[in-house]
Amino acid sequence: MAEPTVPILDIRGVSKSFAVQGRTVQALSGANLSVAKGEFICLLGASGCGKSTLLRIVAGFETATGGEALMWGKPIEGPGPSRGMVFQDYGLFPWLTVRDNIGFGPKSRGRPAAEIRDTVERYISLVGLQRFGDAFPHQLSGGMKQRVAIARVLANDAEIVLMDEPFGALDAMTRERLQDELLDLWSRTGLTVLFVTHAIEEAIFLADRVVVMSPSPGRIDAIHAIDLARRRDVSSPAFNDVRRMLSAQLHSHHAPVAA
Amino acid sequence: MSAPAVSAPAVAEVATRRALPSFASLKQALLALTLPVAMGIAWHLLTVGKPYSLIPPPSEVWMAMVDLAIGGPEGDAFSGTLLTHLTASLTRVFGGFGLAALAAVPLGLLIGRVPLMRQLLDPTLQILRPVPVTAWLPLAMILFGLGPRSAYFLVFLGAFYPILVNTIFGVRSVEPRLFEAAAMLGCRGSAQFARVVLPAALPSIFTGLRLGLGFAWVVIVVGEMTGVPTGLGAIIMEARQLSRTEIVICGMIVIGVAGFVCDRAVMLIGQRPLAWSPSHG
Repeated sequence: MAEPTVPILDIRGVSKSFAVQGRTVQALSGANLSVAKGEFICLLGASGCGKSTLLRIVAGFETATGGEALMWGKPIEGPGPSRGMVFQDYGLFPWLTVRDNIGFGPKSRGRPAAEIRDTVERYISLVGLQRFGDAFPHQLSGGMKQRVAIARVLANDAEIVLMDEPFGALDAMTRERLQDELLDLWSRTGLTVLFVTHAIEEAIFLADRVVVMSPSPGRIDAIHAIDLARRRDVSSPAFNDVRRMLSAQLHSHHAPVAA
Repeated sequence: MSAPAVSAPAVAEVATRRALPSFASLKQALLALTLPVAMGIAWHLLTVGKPYSLIPPPSEVWMAMVDLAIGGPEGDAFSGTLLTHLTASLTRVFGGFGLAALAAVPLGLLIGRVPLMRQLLDPTLQILRPVPVTAWLPLAMILFGLGPRSAYFLVFLGAFYPILVNTIFGVRSVEPRLFEAAAMLGCRGSAQFARVVLPAALPSIFTGLRLGLGFAWVVIVVGEMTGVPTGLGAIIMEARQLSRTEIVICGMIVIGVAGFVCDRAVMLIGQRPLAWSPSHG
C-alpha cells in the first residue's frame, strides 16, 4: 500500500534560544520528530525541557532559531487555522458566548452565516454543551471551558490540535473524564494531536508515541511507541512496566552529573 | 463527548443573579436613606430657630426648591426657573462629555495600540493632566470668550482625561493569550483590533465614560463661571453674590441628584453589552 510519504509534521533539527538579561538560554536544541497524520503524540518532560517551546514553534507563535518545522513539507510561517491550539488557561474570549467562541474561527475566515451556525451546532453537541450555548465563559467550570476550547479549534477545521497541558488546571476526576472524551473524539475524527504534559500516566494513557524530553538544554531524549491496546488500563502490569521505564528515564536527569 | 457533569452550579448562579427578591432591594433602599435622613435631622436641629444662622434650615431650602421649581405667590428672579437652568446644564454636561468621548476614546485606542502615537502624544498629555480645570478658566475665557463655548470647553476638559486614561489602560491590558487565540483561529493583524482589542477594552472604556460623565458634573459649576446667564452653576454663583444661601443649596442638591440619575442611566445602558464581565453586568 503506497501511503503518502510526506508527514503532516516534520521537525528537523529545530533549536530555539532566547536572550534573557543579556544571557542566551538554549530552550530547545536540535529536536527531530516526524508525525504521521492521525497520530497522537505526547511530549513528556519536566519544566524547562522545551516541550512547550516546541509546541509554540509548531503553532507559529515562536520562530525556530535553528532547523525547520514543516507542515505537509512546507515551512510553518506564523499561526494559522490548520494548527489549533488548546491552552492550559483556555484562552476563551470572555465577551463571547460559548456559541460565538466556537464560531470565532469560521467567522474570521469569512464563512457564510448559515454555515457558521451549522458548524457551531455540530461541534457544540460533539462536546455536549448544547445547554450552555448562550452562557459566557465565566459562568462555566474549568472542564466545560476546555471543552469549548477544543470545540473551537475543531470547528475551525484544524488538522493538528496542539494541546499545552490542557488538563493541568483541572481536578483529577474531570481530567480523567476529559482524557476519555479526547480519545473518543480523536478516534472518531482522525485528528493529529500534539499533547504536552508532565504527567507520565497521562502520556501513556493517551499517546501512540511518547516523546521524552529533558532540560538544560531542552532536547528530545527518546521516542517510545506505546503498543498497549486501547482503552488502556492504568492499573495493568503492562501499563506499569511502561510507567516504570519512562519514570526511570525522566529521573535519570535529576541524578548528579558524574565528574 | 457526553453531557458535562458540572452543570448545576453554573445554572444556579445564573438563576440567583436574575431573581433578587424585592425584600432585599427594599432593605437596600432603606439602608441607603439612613445617612441622608440623619444628616437632614442634624442640619435641622443645628439651624432651626436661629435667626442669625448663615445656613438656612432644611424647611427653608425646601420652600426655596419648590419656588425654584414651580414658582410661588411671592416670586422673585429665581422663581420657576429650575427647568431652564437644569436644561442648560444638562446640555453643557452632555455636550462637553460627548465631545470628550468623541476625542478621548479614539485617541486612547490609538495611544494604547500604536507605540509611535504613545511616544508622540503621551508625555504632553500627561503633563497637561494634573492642571486643574479651575486653572484653565482664565485661559478658556481668553480663547473661547465669555459664554457657553468656554463652558463646553471646561466640561470637555473635565471629562476628557478619565475617558482617555481608562481607554489606554483597557487597550494595554488585553490578555496576550487572547491575541494568540485569535491568531491561531485565523484572525490576524488589523482584524484583531475590532474582534479582540475593542471588545476586551470595552469594560475599561465604559468605566472611563462613567467617570468622565461624573467629572463633567463636578466641573459644571466652574464651567458656568464663564459668564453664561443660565445653568445650575450660574444660579449658584448668582445666588452666592446675593447671599441667597438656600438657592445655593438647592443648586447643589439638584446637581447631586442629576449626576446620580445620569450615572444610573449609563450603568443601565452598559448592563447588556457588559453582561459577560463578572465585575459589570
